[in-house]
Amino acid sequence: MKQYVISVKVENRFGVLARVAGLFSARGYNIDSLAVSATEQEDVSVMTIVVRGDDRVIEQVKKQLNKLIDVIKVSDHTCVPTVERELVLVKVTAPPVKRPEIYQLGEIFRADIADISNKTITLGVKGDPDHINNFIELLKPYGIKELMRTGRVSLLKE
Amino acid sequence: MKGADIIVESLKKEKVEYMFGYPGGVVIPIFHALHNAPFKFILTRHEQGAVHAADGYARASGRVGVVIATSGPGATNCVTGIATAHLDSVPLVVFTGQVKREQIGNDAFQEVDSTGITRPITKHNYLVQDIADLSRIIKEAFYIASTGRPGPVLIDVPVDISNGEHRFSYPDTVNIRSYKPVYEGHQGQIRKACHLIETAKRPVIYAGGGVVISNASQELREFVKKTGIPVTTTLLGLGVYPETDPLALEMLGMHGTYYANHAVNESDVLIAVGARFDDRVTGKIAEFIPNAKVIHIDIDPASVSKTVKVDVPIVGDCKYVLAEMNKQIKAPEISAWIEEISVMKRDHPLTYEKNNGTSIKPQYVVEEIYRQTNGEAIICTEVGQNQMWAAQFYKYTEPRTFISSGGLGTMGYGFPAAIGAQLARPDRRVIDIAGDGSIQMNIQELIVAVQHRLPVLIAILNNGFLGMVRQWQQLFWEKRYSHTCIDFAPDFVKLAEAYGAAGFRIEKNEEVAPALRQALDITDRPIILDFRVSREENVYPMVPAGQSFKEIIMRELLA
Repeated sequence: MKQYVISVKVENRFGVLARVAGLFSARGYNIDSLAVSATEQEDVSVMTIVVRGDDRVIEQVKKQLNKLIDVIKVSDHTCVPTVERELVLVKVTAPPVKRPEIYQLGEIFRADIADISNKTITLGVKGDPDHINNFIELLKPYGIKELMRTGRVSLLKE
Repeated sequence: MKGADIIVESLKKEKVEYMFGYPGGVVIPIFHALHNAPFKFILTRHEQGAVHAADGYARASGRVGVVIATSGPGATNCVTGIATAHLDSVPLVVFTGQVKREQIGNDAFQEVDSTGITRPITKHNYLVQDIADLSRIIKEAFYIASTGRPGPVLIDVPVDISNGEHRFSYPDTVNIRSYKPVYEGHQGQIRKACHLIETAKRPVIYAGGGVVISNASQELREFVKKTGIPVTTTLLGLGVYPETDPLALEMLGMHGTYYANHAVNESDVLIAVGARFDDRVTGKIAEFIPNAKVIHIDIDPASVSKTVKVDVPIVGDCKYVLAEMNKQIKAPEISAWIEEISVMKRDHPLTYEKNNGTSIKPQYVVEEIYRQTNGEAIICTEVGQNQMWAAQFYKYTEPRTFISSGGLGTMGYGFPAAIGAQLARPDRRVIDIAGDGSIQMNIQELIVAVQHRLPVLIAILNNGFLGMVRQWQQLFWEKRYSHTCIDFAPDFVKLAEAYGAAGFRIEKNEEVAPALRQALDITDRPIILDFRVSREENVYPMVPAGQSFKEIIMRELLA
């Protein structure tokens, strides 16, 4: 199944998230990530939804999204040039001997050190999803204790 | 003004004629205000009955049906009715009471999340959180329910909003930036469709409920007159084109006519108008219309290319689009095709094995109803065999004369819907063609018809079975009639009498016509006619679920 990125501008009102999410869940689609955020307009929110499915069903979901009264605009960011960002926090096992290596890795990925304890380091990285995937892969050998991604936000390129 | 009065004043502004509903704790303030309302209130005996009655009223009149129910069980009892209206695009505004705002989410007495429960079965819904929004929300609800592709809208009103105070002002206009239905079809697409039709050799029109909703029956008739193209309709489209006309192919689909299904599947251009390619119409999608280019006129873009790939989509209102096409269309040369179709109609008519003794054939009852009402009645149906026979053997010639739960297939719909239809159309005879199973699902509403002296005629095609399921069990499930025999049944005649209605039992074929005549003479109360029909009669033709029209079963194979 293909991965799709759908950006939905909605009225900034209660209940809208449930309406939008409901259209996916009613079809048995698991949303990979969902970011809801403010926009340049106070009364408009944007939802960036990453979901797997097939063309036909996603096409149908987009039409159904458009039918929701609170949805202002649906754009498919899957096959068009966009800028995307995501943030990850990774808590990695870091005995003193391994720390320099982890710091170095963090530097390459422009990570910030969010927290340090006796046994762990928590790093934060922002970037496009590939950048973050690479970072996670390289940290795996040290032992990832906890990991959390925000889900991506996506803007169309000018 | 109190919130409750704002609701009543808003309904007055919407020129509401009837409201259907049932009281309860948190809606007492609204009922207090309703006591002096100038419109009529119909107290049903179950909230489901209220929603179906409002739905029947809406379908018969083309106006918005209005309902009120209390919170909790009142709201959940509305759910089936709302879903029924949603699937068939019926405009309803349903008010539900809700617990006080501060109690929401506390599992308060009679609290359910009504907007949550109804989210997937409404066109839109509201939880009123500020009394200042109340009149705007009602205005929007009526607008949303009745425009574009219509549907039910629910307004959940917390009791402290009903009891609150605010100045009343009803907005003149609605402006919802994200909701702008498109009515006029795209001119280029319309031209393209006309060209395609003009060069077609085997075109067929497939008209659905959208033609009824947009009041486009006249435009459709004119289109047929101009082009000479034969017309088949869906269940909900019955009546948009007169079935008595030689170009009428009547209903298509699972229990459609042989010639409608063959014509559609052998067509080279299929013109879908206000129809949505339901699985009961298409059967096996992969083998549906193998050689046809598809033109699809529909107001809902989400209906286009949903299950069947469309070549010329026209998003717009059927009425506008057909009127536009009528201005420019030229008739295609299709005399060979029409000849082919008339041969099919002659060789494979819609028929049944006439009775060979005194047993009553259910199809005959429907035919007799058609004869005695001159086809001028409004027919409501329940769901199952009764519905299909009513669709097949009564010939519909006008829109809004066949009222049935198509999409959801709700047993128990027909009778309360008939009450609503009779209120909307006091000038017409309203007949509910029912089964002995379905009629028991909302029989409590009989007292409402008695109370309001509505002469709704309930024709029970009583075979002692849940007949459609039994038919499937017979044909596809080894004849194991598991829990479909319901001949342990009430005495429907005594039941009618207990309610103050008239009741007759008809056991012999020759009694059918006189009993109907007698019933049609009664005009001051509902009548139950308990027709004891032959028990194992099946609905044919039948295209088994999920198969292609080629697998059509025309008649009883097992003697």
